[in-house]
Amino acid sequence: MGDDRRRFLKVAGVTLLAVGGAPVLTTLAQDKSSGHGNATAGAKRFAMVIDLKRCEQEQGCTLCSEACHREHNVPDFGNPKDEVKWIWKETYEHAFPSEEYSYAPERVAGPMPVMCNHCDHPPCVRVCPTKATWKRDDGIVMMDWHRCIGCRYCMVACPYSSRSFNWRNPRPFIKQLNADFPTRTKGVVEKCTMCEERLSDGLAPACVAACKAKAMTFGNLADPNSEVRKLLRDGYALRRNPGLGTLPQIYYLV
Amino acid sequence: MFEKVFSGSPRYWTWILGLACVIGIGFYFYLRQLEYGLGVTGLSRDVTWGFYIAQLTFLVGVAASAVMVVLPYYLHDYKAFGKLAVLGEFLAVAAVTMCLLFVMVDIGQPFRALNMFLHPTPNSILFWDAFVLNGYLVLNALITRVTLVAERKNESPPKWIKPIIYLSIPWAVSIHTVTAFLYCGLGARPFWMTAILAPRFLASAFASGPSLLILIMLIARKLTRFDPGKEAINKLAQITTYAMITNLFFIALEMFTAFYSNIPEHMIHFQYMFFGVDGKSALVPWMWTSVLAALGSLVILLNPRARQSYQLLATACVLVFSSIWIDKGMGMVVTGFVPSPLGKVNEYMPTLPEVMISLAIYAIGLLMVTVFYKIALSVRGEVEAPAAVVAQEEPAR
Repeated sequence: MGDDRRRFLKVAGVTLLAVGGAPVLTTLAQDKSSGHGNATAGAKRFAMVIDLKRCEQEQGCTLCSEACHREHNVPDFGNPKDEVKWIWKETYEHAFPSEEYSYAPERVAGPMPVMCNHCDHPPCVRVCPTKATWKRDDGIVMMDWHRCIGCRYCMVACPYSSRSFNWRNPRPFIKQLNADFPTRTKGVVEKCTMCEERLSDGLAPACVAACKAKAMTFGNLADPNSEVRKLLRDGYALRRNPGLGTLPQIYYLV
Repeated sequence: MFEKVFSGSPRYWTWILGLACVIGIGFYFYLRQLEYGLGVTGLSRDVTWGFYIAQLTFLVGVAASAVMVVLPYYLHDYKAFGKLAVLGEFLAVAAVTMCLLFVMVDIGQPFRALNMFLHPTPNSILFWDAFVLNGYLVLNALITRVTLVAERKNESPPKWIKPIIYLSIPWAVSIHTVTAFLYCGLGARPFWMTAILAPRFLASAFASGPSLLILIMLIARKLTRFDPGKEAINKLAQITTYAMITNLFFIALEMFTAFYSNIPEHMIHFQYMFFGVDGKSALVPWMWTSVLAALGSLVILLNPRARQSYQLLATACVLVFSSIWIDKGMGMVVTGFVPSPLGKVNEYMPTLPEVMISLAIYAIGLLMVTVFYKIALSVRGEVEAPAAVVAQEEPAR
């Protein structure tokens, strides 16, 4: 797709807006090429399956979040108010607040890793006023940190609190700079991108690779022979707050 | 017309200077916010919208409420609002400007704000909110300008402005409806997930806006020769009364649904507002103040004879305005975030920079209202009695 077409669509969009051509705009918005196009075509649906029993074997382990945050230059402010995080551990009652019952912790105590669910119907994408966050054809919900205006509407809409905002300049708070990955500026939202940059190099997501207990499995749900599909066939999995119709794609084996 | 702004009494200039000081202080804090980031506010990962967005929500209501004078005057030819219509529209212009400023100070990358129009996204309600608010600003700026110029020339406004005035009526309803849609379509926030949010916003708007207009009229009556007339004030008081009752009725409906259904995620937010959750209760004193102010206002407003007394009416209007300001300007937005979707109770209170920046935006609004009203009243002075212009400029002391 040429730059010219992109520019034409932008100009056309603004012009149409000026004359109030709302129905046309809606059609334009559905045309993916007017926002962020997507190169990876084909039948792919990336997802992750997390085996809670295996995860629990390593109590107090934080290798997944450490690896992720190191890989992606996630700052550590050391206080909850400024906190930025992509993947972290929550207890059962916070990860599954609507499924909570008194004896549940006897079976699944957690804490368990939680992150962006890369929903099939992501509310964050629906509310973003600048298309700074969008869903790729392979299911990954992406972020453009250069387009984000920092309105934080996506954070308001996310039912999983998976998104973080840079309340202040994050750069001085990056412990160990990874020169291969961009840093962010103050005033933008960020979140897990399922290691899109590693996937394009043929590597598994950093959290999956770092997991000592081999509790996290990444794969393609569209392929019936994939590891993730096998796990879902053999066990029973929960998803976080499925009643909201977001169709989250992180599965928790219980 | 604009030259009227530059002549005035010492009191007028003191007032302008005072507002300028508040704006200056707020601007200093805004520069600090630009430098440091939104971390200067009390906002956090769990409570991502606070005072700024709450003020936006409240002021959209004040802006929309202009329709309560425009509609009776232009659609029903209700003559008593003749003097008020343009003042109501001026108030709307000031309120919408404040709304847009509150959006600007709330975003983390204000220099990228135009991305909203460079990458128009019709599926985002925020896009539509920016669209209808800007549209409403343009409509009212145009209407006030055209009608005021006609008034100065002592002729009736040109015919072509009529359809634009009619358009501004549903447009006023749309700005508050769209603002409610910002909130009420989010599965993540059960507190806002209620179809009655838009009607409730409109009801509270039609109470808070007219009550503010009454207060401004009563002040203008004291300081200038302007008198909107007893009938107009009484009618506004009546509108405020009905709207306030409707507003409280809607809140009661919400509580019934939440508590009778016994669904925890719907109940817990009301519990947080009025009683606190997990020992955290920052909003509790505010919310009960709001309830008491609402009930107090009704004691006066429901009594037609009390409403006749300007002093009691002013008290009632202050009560209505502050009750709804607390409810919409603090309670409604913040409570949607507490507890968080993960069930965590992290509280929020605005910080000093946040409050000072907000005060500055309110001062900008007041400055606009002062300037607009001065122009409007001066033009009227010329129209009605050219000799009285000087006296009009000089408030009675």
